[in-house]
Amino acid sequence: MDKVFCKEWEGFVPGRWSSSGINVRNFIQSNFTPYDGDESFLKGPTESTKKLWAKVMDLAEKEREAGGVLDMDTKIVSTITSHPAGYIDKDLEQIVGLQTDKPFKRSLQPFGGIRMAQNACTQNGYEVDKEVVDIFTKYRKTHNQGVFDAYTPEMKLARHSAIITGLPDAYGRGRIIGDYRRVALYGIDLLIEDKQKQIDTSLVRMTSNNIRLREELAEQLRALEELRELGKIYGFDISRPAKNAKEAIQWLYFGYLAAVKEQNGAAMSIGRTSTFLDIYIQRDLDKGLITEEQAQEYIDHFIMKLRLVRFARTPEYNSLFSGDPTWVTESIGGISVDGIPMVTKNSFRYLNTLDNLGTAPEPNLTVLWSKKLPINFKRYCAKMSIKSSSIQYENDDMMRTIHGDDYAIACCVSSMRIGKEMQFFGARANLAKCLLYAINGGVDERLKIQVGPKYRPVEGDYLDYDDVMAKYDDMMEWLAGLYVNTLNVIHYMHDKYCYEKLQMALHDRDVKRYFATGIAGLSVVADSLSAIKYAKVKCIRDENGIVTDYETEGDFPKYGNNDDRVDKIAVNIVTRFMEKIRKHHTYRNSVPTMSILTITSNVVYGKKTGSTPDGRKIGIPLAPGANPMHGRDTHGAVASLSSVAKLPFRFAQDGISNTFSIIPDALGKDAQVFVGDIDIDSISEELNKDGV
Amino acid sequence: MLGYIHSTESFGTVDGPGIRFVVFFQGCPMRCLYCHNPDTWEINKSNPRTVESILDEYDSYKEFLKNGGITCTGGEPLLQIDFVTELFEKAKQKGIHTCLDTSGITFEPENTDILQKFERLITSTDLVMLDIKHIDDTEHKKLTGHSNKNILMFAEFLRDNAVPLWIRHVVVPGITDKEEYLHKIGMFLGTLNNLKALDVLPYHTMGKAKYNELGINYPLDNTPPADKELANWAKDVIMSGIKDRLKHK
Repeated sequence: MDKVFCKEWEGFVPGRWSSSGINVRNFIQSNFTPYDGDESFLKGPTESTKKLWAKVMDLAEKEREAGGVLDMDTKIVSTITSHPAGYIDKDLEQIVGLQTDKPFKRSLQPFGGIRMAQNACTQNGYEVDKEVVDIFTKYRKTHNQGVFDAYTPEMKLARHSAIITGLPDAYGRGRIIGDYRRVALYGIDLLIEDKQKQIDTSLVRMTSNNIRLREELAEQLRALEELRELGKIYGFDISRPAKNAKEAIQWLYFGYLAAVKEQNGAAMSIGRTSTFLDIYIQRDLDKGLITEEQAQEYIDHFIMKLRLVRFARTPEYNSLFSGDPTWVTESIGGISVDGIPMVTKNSFRYLNTLDNLGTAPEPNLTVLWSKKLPINFKRYCAKMSIKSSSIQYENDDMMRTIHGDDYAIACCVSSMRIGKEMQFFGARANLAKCLLYAINGGVDERLKIQVGPKYRPVEGDYLDYDDVMAKYDDMMEWLAGLYVNTLNVIHYMHDKYCYEKLQMALHDRDVKRYFATGIAGLSVVADSLSAIKYAKVKCIRDENGIVTDYETEGDFPKYGNNDDRVDKIAVNIVTRFMEKIRKHHTYRNSVPTMSILTITSNVVYGKKTGSTPDGRKIGIPLAPGANPMHGRDTHGAVASLSSVAKLPFRFAQDGISNTFSIIPDALGKDAQVFVGDIDIDSISEELNKDGV
Repeated sequence: MLGYIHSTESFGTVDGPGIRFVVFFQGCPMRCLYCHNPDTWEINKSNPRTVESILDEYDSYKEFLKNGGITCTGGEPLLQIDFVTELFEKAKQKGIHTCLDTSGITFEPENTDILQKFERLITSTDLVMLDIKHIDDTEHKKLTGHSNKNILMFAEFLRDNAVPLWIRHVVVPGITDKEEYLHKIGMFLGTLNNLKALDVLPYHTMGKAKYNELGINYPLDNTPPADKELANWAKDVIMSGIKDRLKHK
């Protein structure tokens, strides 16, 4: 990159970001203005925000009336430049750009799998154009077809029985965050220049790895050209850096828009943009170019766009995720590695959209929480949480030690350095079902067929802890191997047939890849093993001798009560399974991690899991993420959280989630009926000093 | 020493200042008609525990409890006053804030043994939350089966020893919601210069399920829950009683 200080950067403190290559973190650290004040500076929605949002709400209502989908594109295959400009109301919108030519019209994205795209259409009452179907069945192979070409029969069976489940083998894997801020800071020309340099300095010894890299970099370069074209479609020249706040938001959004036009990913997160954009807003405010009302209006309109993101999906997909989620996660706050809170006024403005536009699950506003966050920001977060129930919190103190201070969350918990790390999303292995396989010697308790290896099943009427643990360990060994290999197939094919060229263009050349496995059913497993160990568990067998139910006699310690007897079992299972995962080769030398985070899909996984020794009956949902089972945590919230907090992060580095809900009354006294500051002597003084 | 403990709660937010570790003692001599913990009535029923085991449990949560402390409630914790005293004394050694939630029913100022025990207890008690069930003695007997004489004297004993006091009062429609009674409570509270807070609780029917579970008749079956509005009004009446008392000083 040329060492020229662009005129758009005037007023910014120069640094490595301006003198030696792409370095957004350095730009932020050199330029952001920490804010430790309160929310009193915030402004409400402007008239045009209100009008615009009313139009969106009207469309949302129509979408609901239409049964969840308002319109679908059935002919134009979505690419970065596939559609002409689309608007909600061109005169009102400060930030523009839609996925298709109309708001709420879902785009057609067949590269992940044509059948999924067709199903999404037919089940919503649309039909994909025949020619498109022909192209993607006869001439252009999809990710889904590639995966099924390579799957072994065992993999297909494990998928069918749902011991491995939610696999991204027919849809976009997502969980990659392009560094969309680069578009604003550098403009397309500098990014292309940098990308070209990456190509020019890549290895020329043509091994398959180097060939693949060269091909991918070329694809990325083309994606950047297309991104520039997308700007032009909307009348902007984004080849140069953004020169003010409005442009910075617009450029950044174009980067993101290009990503969602190209990829229907399971999670399309936006990154960590609030403090970055604050630098631009603060510069404009200081120069007197904009007012606080305008700043908030830009942010409101930007967030509005993120709320409009829609994908064409099947009802099954939506039932897996309990809704129509896009996981547009934005990470807010956190502390710099120098110990300075990265909260800016813009962190407040983002949360303020929950007031200005009303609450919404998207974008998924995620506060990177630290003890060191300014108290005023903490208070505001608490206030907005109580008001909206829409803020997610993650432990910055823990993640910062691994990822530094320019990471963001993809989806709900997966942390990665922006533009430097990505992950291969790996759904999850159902460890509760695995336990049942251990007991039944690999026979599926619902389908009554051999799925796992034909190991010796448990014999006798009562379960013995040591016996079950030994068998469970063997079965987990099998499952870990099969699971990792299944994911290897998926990600190989995804790279090959559904490569995220735009998102990867907004990464460094040499990225660190995480191989993100996951587990489901942890609390059921911990409680089941605890029941076997501390109570008596009797097997109920069907006519073929398959154990299909259990009778538990006596009480046993339950996960979620800060009771080490069972909490240690949970820790042991997490550690063990992760160690087994680590034994296997992972695609592209990715670093294996694991998550415990099924936030919604636990319901579907539970449906497919037979009765378990903890007393949970067949079909009952598993607890979400690392949560204790519903109603079994009886010692209050802190005890419950303490059990979860024992799970070792380094064995579950892709994240541990705990879904916590509490009625406001249980959080403290209501000021209406509680008078907490009585001072009898001063009341007396007050009353008796005048006139009496 | 062993104490009969019904259960513990790691996230108490309504039983004293901050987030608190709440110890529910087993056993209660009162039979308040609106009691929502009838499972703690029976004496010496649950598992006995040592003071140390309770403090150990507290320790495992202390990160969360920095602005809170320990609250003993029940049941009636003062049925096991020696245990509470030992617990509080050891807690104070560790710098833990101690709070006692009691009905005051076991206080007997004429009995020197008992009085001595109370005198020792309050030296390690940072805050007392006292429930005044009813200000009228006859009504109090109807509601709880006991006179309120000793309870009110207990409040005065705490005042004379300068122990910070929170008063709780449950507003039960048709039983404690008469303006006259509420005002009278205020008049009494106006004499307590150790009073730090007043907590007016609207009666709720969430205890009903426990009665069904235990196979006990729910005595207030026909009493509706109180709403916040009623509780708010009751609070205002009590506060005006306090002011009236102080005015006529």
